[in-house]
Amino acid sequence: MALQGTTREVNDVVIVDFSGKITLGEGSSLLRRTIKEMIDRGYKKLLINLEDVDYIDSSGIGELVSAYTTVRNAEGELKLLNLTKRVHDLLQITRLFTVFDVQSEEEKALRSFR
Amino acid sequence: MADKVQRIEVTLETQLDSVDLAESIAMRVAESVGFSEEDVHKIGMSVREGVINAYNYGNQQDHRKKITMTVELGGEKMTVRVLDQGKGFDVSHVPDPLDEENLLRTSGRGLFLMRAFMDEFEVRRGHGGGAELVMVKNIPNAVSGNGQNKPG
Repeated sequence: MALQGTTREVNDVVIVDFSGKITLGEGSSLLRRTIKEMIDRGYKKLLINLEDVDYIDSSGIGELVSAYTTVRNAEGELKLLNLTKRVHDLLQITRLFTVFDVQSEEEKALRSFR
Repeated sequence: MADKVQRIEVTLETQLDSVDLAESIAMRVAESVGFSEEDVHKIGMSVREGVINAYNYGNQQDHRKKITMTVELGGEKMTVRVLDQGKGFDVSHVPDPLDEENLLRTSGRGLFLMRAFMDEFEVRRGHGGGAELVMVKNIPNAVSGNGQNKPG
């Protein structure tokens, strides 16, 4: 399924709910465009909800890393929420669990932003 | 029973659609020989990464070049080869994506994933000078590679 993303705002945190696959091509591009748009609009606190994303390939992982550094360079924070088992395992074997702040409850995740 | 080898060879264009096509062919073959859903996913993703490698790095997105994918069933294994028409590469020169200094790199995880998801993985120089990625997954409870599921 092609990636889709919708955004909602809770206090000063923007939550992006993605569903589908983050893979080479459209999926990776949509993720990149969405992050850029949020940063351009001045958002500094991004919570990426991956609850309905069950497939990420190496390009998608690269795009998530790029999103992380883009937000960090803009002096913001990017966190991941609700990973599926496959995505969780993928971040674990690639050691990216040590890079990303991964949250499993939206309320807690929202409170964890500075 | 003699171990009969079954072989499928597909010539893929150097285009983005080939990545999905190769993945779906590999997954169908893997399903047909009884791999678990998780292994089918791992095989599909490994093939996907192999074809992405051929598309991006081997053939450098040159549409005049081809990618050859071969799937073989035999010897209680599923073997997938992905051959490009690039210049080949030395796998020892590929940075380890797990090194602290490489964690924030936005590329370079494909080979690592193929190695992690398959039982055997090797990079060879193909006959035309390009890279040939060879990945093997052992078939669980193999039925001598005859391409049939076990009776339920």
